[in-house]
Amino acid sequence: MSASTRDGDSGDHKETTVDQTFPRLLLAHARQRPGAPALREKELGIWQTLDWAGLAALVRELAHGFAAAGMARGQHLVVIGENRPRLYAAMLAAQSLGAIPVPLYQDAVAAEFVYPLQNAEVAFAVVEDQEQVDKLLEIRDQCPALRRVWFDDPRGLRHYAADGLGSIDGLCDDGRAHAMRHPGWFEREVEAGRAEDVAAMFFTSGTTGHPKGVVHTHATLIDRAQAGARFDRLTHDEEVLAYLPCAWIGQNIFSYAQWLACGYVVNCPESASTVSIDLKEIGPTYYFAPPRVFEGLLTSVMIRMEDAGALKRWLFARCMALAHRVGPALMDGQPVGAWERFKYRLGDLAVYGPLRNALGFSRVRVAYTAGEAIGPDLFSFYRSIGINLKQLYGSTETAVFVCLQPDHEARSDTVGVPIDGVEIKLAESGEILVRSPGLLKGYYKNPEATAEVLGADGWYRTGDAGFLDAGGHLKIIDRAKDVGRLRGGAHDGAMFAPKYVENKLKFFAFVKEAVAFGDGRDRVCAFVNIDFEAVGNWAERRNLPYAGYTDLAGKPEVYALIRDCVEKVNADLAQDERLAGSQITRFLVLHKELDADDGELTRTRKVRRGAIADKYRVLIEALYDGRPSQYIETAVRFEDGRSGSVAADLRIEEARTFSPTRRAA
Amino acid sequence: MSAIATAPGSALFQDAQAAAAVADPGAPAASESPAAQRRVGEVILEVSNITLSFGGVKALNDISFDVREHEIRAIIGPNGAGKSSMLNCINGVYQPQQGRVLFRGEDVRRLSPRTRLRRMAEMGVARTFQNLALFKGMSVLDNIMSGRNLRMRTGLFAQAFRNPWWSPAEREEIAHREQVERIIDFLEIQPYRKTPVGRLPYGLQKRVDLGRALAMEPKVLLLDEPMAGMNVEEKQDMCRFILDVNDEFGTTIVLIEHDMGVVMDISDRVVVLDYGRKIGDGRPDEVRANEDVIRAYLGASH
Repeated sequence: MSASTRDGDSGDHKETTVDQTFPRLLLAHARQRPGAPALREKELGIWQTLDWAGLAALVRELAHGFAAAGMARGQHLVVIGENRPRLYAAMLAAQSLGAIPVPLYQDAVAAEFVYPLQNAEVAFAVVEDQEQVDKLLEIRDQCPALRRVWFDDPRGLRHYAADGLGSIDGLCDDGRAHAMRHPGWFEREVEAGRAEDVAAMFFTSGTTGHPKGVVHTHATLIDRAQAGARFDRLTHDEEVLAYLPCAWIGQNIFSYAQWLACGYVVNCPESASTVSIDLKEIGPTYYFAPPRVFEGLLTSVMIRMEDAGALKRWLFARCMALAHRVGPALMDGQPVGAWERFKYRLGDLAVYGPLRNALGFSRVRVAYTAGEAIGPDLFSFYRSIGINLKQLYGSTETAVFVCLQPDHEARSDTVGVPIDGVEIKLAESGEILVRSPGLLKGYYKNPEATAEVLGADGWYRTGDAGFLDAGGHLKIIDRAKDVGRLRGGAHDGAMFAPKYVENKLKFFAFVKEAVAFGDGRDRVCAFVNIDFEAVGNWAERRNLPYAGYTDLAGKPEVYALIRDCVEKVNADLAQDERLAGSQITRFLVLHKELDADDGELTRTRKVRRGAIADKYRVLIEALYDGRPSQYIETAVRFEDGRSGSVAADLRIEEARTFSPTRRAA
Repeated sequence: MSAIATAPGSALFQDAQAAAAVADPGAPAASESPAAQRRVGEVILEVSNITLSFGGVKALNDISFDVREHEIRAIIGPNGAGKSSMLNCINGVYQPQQGRVLFRGEDVRRLSPRTRLRRMAEMGVARTFQNLALFKGMSVLDNIMSGRNLRMRTGLFAQAFRNPWWSPAEREEIAHREQVERIIDFLEIQPYRKTPVGRLPYGLQKRVDLGRALAMEPKVLLLDEPMAGMNVEEKQDMCRFILDVNDEFGTTIVLIEHDMGVVMDISDRVVVLDYGRKIGDGRPDEVRANEDVIRAYLGASH
């Protein structure tokens, strides 16, 4: 069955770059390098490889199966689950016959699926397991168009008798039968695909209102994937670990679009909880993660280091001090003295090398972080131990790649230079406008929203405020609409960029989230969410007993700890005259962790400012009218879907502010 | 096609008995009969008129009940009611003074005392313990592997001196390892394969204990308070695993449990003991309505 994918005339077109589509890229790989690995998955503790020929055969079967089930060109296929080879194959199969895969977040609650399913009139779904099947069955009444649901893992599903529910194995069987009756059908369908056809739709998490379906064509995704690959000279020898939700365009570009564009190997971890082990085993060469992942890795290293013996701690401290001094300079290719170089080499043998290995970064050639601002300390830590960590800028609407940092010019406060095909200009308001071949085709069934962001002249409004610095690097300050002004008080009219302040707070390991308020007010106040792991560990070290998150968050000692962080941020903000007004005057530590299930964060863990301001109105009032404490009761949703409430009497504390220091010229 | 594309089926227990009871995992659910219910079969274990005393104390007094194949049977009762003693009588640790335990028609009392425990295990009775009895210093993998002990066939010599070209011991080990990996996958403990059991939280240790019992490929699984000392989330996980074991492999389960919610939710039938006497037996709703049970265990309203 794999032979038929290699003959036929489908592949002849791929050399001409005019009409590239993902299925054609797949068939080209299967023809040129049939035995080379395409996907790996850890099954029963052993990495199993699926080669390009095997993948093409699987995709062909699935496409035939979809056709037998009545899927037609232009229809949507919802894909929900962790990164699994057969889900990837299902996306390719749908694209082969001109249908449009719509990946959704696997950790979303059932109600969140309703809108996308109704919006795109989805009739077909391929999901990972029982959990996802349950969610779809739960909302089936609201989505009458949903006809067929196929699952990858049959565990627990044997007694399900729902109409139209079946396994992917069954789908493959149907596909084989269909293929017997329709020889050559698959090749003809792939042949009929055009680059400007819609390739996929991504629902943006949306900080307000309904999510919007971002429509991308084969051309937009492949163009950006290739531009990114050229920038970092990616080859088919790269190893990538796919562990973030595939519904996030970041993961999708790195482990799907670039995977097919370059033909490298994508590895699927055994489960979400084994990622750090799998990372070490695979040793990816090309790695992508949002800052919180890098932060989590660093925290786990530091916690383990604190438990190490005195000699090891001493060696670690010495070596890290050296790395801090010379590491970034070495990475940036700047001149470093021979003696320092020699010491760094020794440090590499003793600490940096083993540390990179423990983190799973021994072979990393290019690592990217994006999605949020990364702390300068965090950023330089990774670069100082010899990991080529860089930042990039982009969004779902731009198919990710807008700006990338060149190897020797990585900075923590910029996001790099515009790459191939990208034009950037700034609007009057400071908003960044982008034009590139990777821009979205539009929002699905939402011409008003499309017109809002995509002008007739082809410029896309990113909604981010920023500027290009002297070196041509783009610097982002905040979301354009979030940048506000202080009104009244000592700093009347001063600029207030909440995210800028929050990020400075979040760079402390003890602070998990922060929400700053100040737009239209006379001073800045903030909510702080402690990091339970880091603060819990800190408390244990001080023999400070606590009974859980809420109790820990309310401890006076913890308040003192957080006040320290806030005051350091204030001192830092006072350095810049324009930002001195953004110093935090009063703060409180929230009694519960901000959570996406409670609508306080988006699924990509971004703060939903408006929702929080509504929900905690009493707390904000208390912050501004000088009350020393405020009682609050909050409804929470537990992971199993039940709800309850958390109540606490929150103390509000003052923080010291500093007068702006005027820097000498 | 590579192994990725093959069904991650649950051929955990390959013997004919279980295979017959378990439908093909690859078959689409929709093609099954609409009333695809769990199939409770014939009586597999029969306990009749058991009396067990320690000196003057009667731990069990004339207890009779039966367990049907593929069902989940709960034994409940207040502390000291004789629940654990009952389990110990079933798997042959204790020898009751009167009465008999028939397992698949074989009288447990007739088995030679010296080999009784081993024989019961070979016939397919496995158990977990109220107070964990794991090897704390050994890894999760090795602990579960120890449950395969009875099924290892190659001798000490073949195990110790392996021929690099053809070694039955190695082949056997690979087969056993595969079974152990299926259990690890089933219980979702992949991140802890190599972790010493003593370093795991209690809830996970309980899961490993269940894993080791499963490694014996039991027909009947005796669980002694599988959820004692767990938090709500851990209990939910454990409930799901117990239901999944019963469902996927058709394993008959006898469990002792204190959490009424759990018992009422997952068991097919419940036996209630109180000070060595049986005071109730039946479906959860029947037991719940039983006056004696309410008085003795659920507590009379004051």
